[in-house]
Amino acid sequence: MTQQQDHLVVIGNGMAGCRAVEELLARDPTRYRVTIVGAEPHVNYNRIMLSPVLAGEKTFDEIVINDAAWYADHAIDLITGDPAQDIDRATRTVTMRSGRSLAYDRLLIATGSDPFVIPVPGRDLPGVISFRDMADVDRMLAAAQGAAANGGGRAVVIGGGLLGLEAAHGLSLRGMSVTVIHLMPTLMERQLDEAAGWLLKSALEARGQTILTEAHTAAILGSDCVEGVQLKDGTIIPAQLVVMAVGIRPSVALARAAGLEIGRGIKVDDHLVTSDPSILAVGECVEHDGNVYGLVAPLWDMCRALADGLTDRHSGYRGSVTSTKLKVAGLDVFSAGDFSGGNGAEDIVLRDASRGVYKRVVVRGDRLVGAVLYGDTSDGGWYFDLLKREEDVSAIRDMLIFGQAFAAGGAQADPNAAVAALSEMAEICGCNGVTKSKIVACIGAGHTTLDAVRATCKASASCGACTGTVEALLAVTLGDDYSGERNVRTLCKCTSFGHDDVRREIVAQAMRSIPEVMQKLTWNTPDGCASCRPALNYYLLCALPGEYKDDQQSRFVNERLHANIQKDGTYSVVPRMWGGLTNPRELRAIADVVEKFDAPMVKVTGGQRLDIFGIRKEDLPAVWADLNAAGMVSGHAYGKSLRTVKTCVGSEWCRFGTQDSTGLGVKVERMTWGSWMPHKFKIAVSGCPRNCAEATIKDFGIVCVDSGYELHVGGNGGIKVRATDFLCKVATEADAMHYCAAFVQLYREEARYLERTAPWIERVGVAYVRERIADDADGRDALAARFLVSQRFMQEDPWATRAAGEAREQHAPMAVFTPLDAAREMA
Amino acid sequence: MIGDWLDIGWVDEIPVRGSRTVQVTGGDDIAIFRTGEGRVFALLDRCPHKQGRLSQGIVHGGAVACPLHNWRISLTTGEALGDDKGCTPVVPVKVSAGRVLICRTSVLKAAA
Repeated sequence: MTQQQDHLVVIGNGMAGCRAVEELLARDPTRYRVTIVGAEPHVNYNRIMLSPVLAGEKTFDEIVINDAAWYADHAIDLITGDPAQDIDRATRTVTMRSGRSLAYDRLLIATGSDPFVIPVPGRDLPGVISFRDMADVDRMLAAAQGAAANGGGRAVVIGGGLLGLEAAHGLSLRGMSVTVIHLMPTLMERQLDEAAGWLLKSALEARGQTILTEAHTAAILGSDCVEGVQLKDGTIIPAQLVVMAVGIRPSVALARAAGLEIGRGIKVDDHLVTSDPSILAVGECVEHDGNVYGLVAPLWDMCRALADGLTDRHSGYRGSVTSTKLKVAGLDVFSAGDFSGGNGAEDIVLRDASRGVYKRVVVRGDRLVGAVLYGDTSDGGWYFDLLKREEDVSAIRDMLIFGQAFAAGGAQADPNAAVAALSEMAEICGCNGVTKSKIVACIGAGHTTLDAVRATCKASASCGACTGTVEALLAVTLGDDYSGERNVRTLCKCTSFGHDDVRREIVAQAMRSIPEVMQKLTWNTPDGCASCRPALNYYLLCALPGEYKDDQQSRFVNERLHANIQKDGTYSVVPRMWGGLTNPRELRAIADVVEKFDAPMVKVTGGQRLDIFGIRKEDLPAVWADLNAAGMVSGHAYGKSLRTVKTCVGSEWCRFGTQDSTGLGVKVERMTWGSWMPHKFKIAVSGCPRNCAEATIKDFGIVCVDSGYELHVGGNGGIKVRATDFLCKVATEADAMHYCAAFVQLYREEARYLERTAPWIERVGVAYVRERIADDADGRDALAARFLVSQRFMQEDPWATRAAGEAREQHAPMAVFTPLDAAREMA
Repeated sequence: MIGDWLDIGWVDEIPVRGSRTVQVTGGDDIAIFRTGEGRVFALLDRCPHKQGRLSQGIVHGGAVACPLHNWRISLTTGEALGDDKGCTPVVPVKVSAGRVLICRTSVLKAAA
């Protein structure tokens, strides 16, 4: 029997709507009469390719998917530039803005997404646009051309996701000076992990874009049109064009007005049917099984299931596993699956610093569960395939990170085999131009350790990125004779480098951030561990005084909260008492604090000051405010930093005193307080050789004698008592302070993180320290000068800034939950 | 009508690679963590070892290092990692439209 054709009306002339029609026609070209209604005045084009149009790499005609002939050939009625405005489900009609209406048998909603506009003042000003369709691109091009006529203009892009970065790239190529404002700490945080995000940011900055992360937009400024953007911290960035690219939302207004069931998107079943059986929906506007998709691949999956359903084949859509393989501004990035770690997941990381490549695969049990690639995405498809098929990867695990070519060896694969397979002429060490054959010859000549190889042929002796390969060559060449483990203790399990290597490279390569160090020195974990993060933070802080932004999350709790955590979770607070001196005002303030905050204990410390115990984290800022009001600052009793300067009463009172040890102690403490160190650092000044201040078990001790000042270093009263080594004797107070500054800086620059002065001096020898501090006058002056420069940025009382409200959230709970009636709620 | 999810605030109130707490009257605090990847987890704020405040530890990868004795606790399972043995109760958490929600029943159970 001849069946009358049903009328299928498609709202949305975009990628989803047209693809659905294509799939339908491929299954049954005659079943439906099709009408497509589009809001834009165009045929169907590839929205993903808008970026190349903006960048000038493609024309609009080149990104058209279905030209006018396609609609004509398939007898599809196309209505463009006339958006659907109303769906009447009772009469099964759709009405357009022009008033025209269409009756349907089946309706397909494919309205896609709307750009999300953040609700800030000025968002409606002319010159504020989104980046969603061809009209937006035209507006951006017009703005760039207008600006070019006036010698180039400035644009701000709000949003550091894919769209935002593409817009920024295009505008930048069109001659505008572009600033990207991104709310999160790293770019594209949903697709990339921190390390890859950092690489991307560095690459974009190298191209002249300004990238501001953790930047909150407060307002868009301007009276008649856009003039700039203001951030919450008050910064104003002038701009004639603002592109809002913070995200997209399923476009559901039409469906909602029609009374269809809506979640985050239009709710559909496995056959893409909405809560009304005669209405279907597909693409970015739908929510299936709790998921909303913003990528192309799921959309194709949906269109297949939808067309099957419309032609009574009912295969059903089961959701999509997505991967993202993108070129962002010409840079290759890829991510797939779950790369958030945890839950038994193990990371395998490969970083090639010289090529700017970062690869990370996440394995859980025997399965690959996620991957992030930057710079070289050639194996993205292979990883995605392993992931989707949930293949057992245990046999190729060791080779997985090297990609398909290496792992193809299968069960026999051996990490050393990849190295063995390299050609003799392969360059292993790019820094020093050392080939495999040269290294093998070097090993053959009897240099059988990594250090020996480094010392002779220089392989891996510079940036060290090829250390692993050189070690593999040692293993391959020497077989069982290779002793394996290097004699250098690595900083932690995240790296094959030792502390000294890391510090040397931070300075040599002028590194500026923790992610940068981890990338350039090929860390094998995504964001380090509780051992390496504080060390790197300190090394950077020491190398870049005043420039490096301290990473609070890389600090141990005591240094984050500027107090000492106790076993019950409360804190102890020690205000500084310069040289162990105090006065009634300070003592009264301390007494008041103890009573006001009900502190259960106050103790006199070994460092000649008072420790107030049992303060709650929430009360710390108020405690500090009270202590500050009496003129007291943080005693840093909690830090890897200058702790106390202990003194005796000296010549002012003591009948044996030879010099003003108390006064000198106060001056030394005023000079050194606030400085961060590899470990805690204690100083003492004794007024005579009776040494009541115990200066000979301090990191730096001064013992006054009639003829001057004896300087002692490297003492320790801790687990292993060590008396100081005598450094030298100086004549004046000023000299004593100058030598002290130089010694502190030498320790700051050369000791390893968490190495006290005692083990440091035992390691390097007191002769070395004497040579640097006592014998080399120029070197001493330079060290002291560097210390004083660094101190310019360190001597700000952390308590005062906290009492004034900085990092308030660290002290307050996020929320307080009081069960109304716990027993009833439990029932 | 009491739902099973407690809305405790915006996700960006938790520092990346850091933590905040939810105070529970009459019970132990809940520690809310946000990893470098932006994932959010919740555990009872109590190390299985000596009851250290996990919320004050250093967050790295999918784990937190307890500030008292450096035990590493998995944020997903609450289990001690490495050679240490012990487990901290996990509180189900989800993020919806930028808001962090924790499971009310689990909070009550943990607090009891």
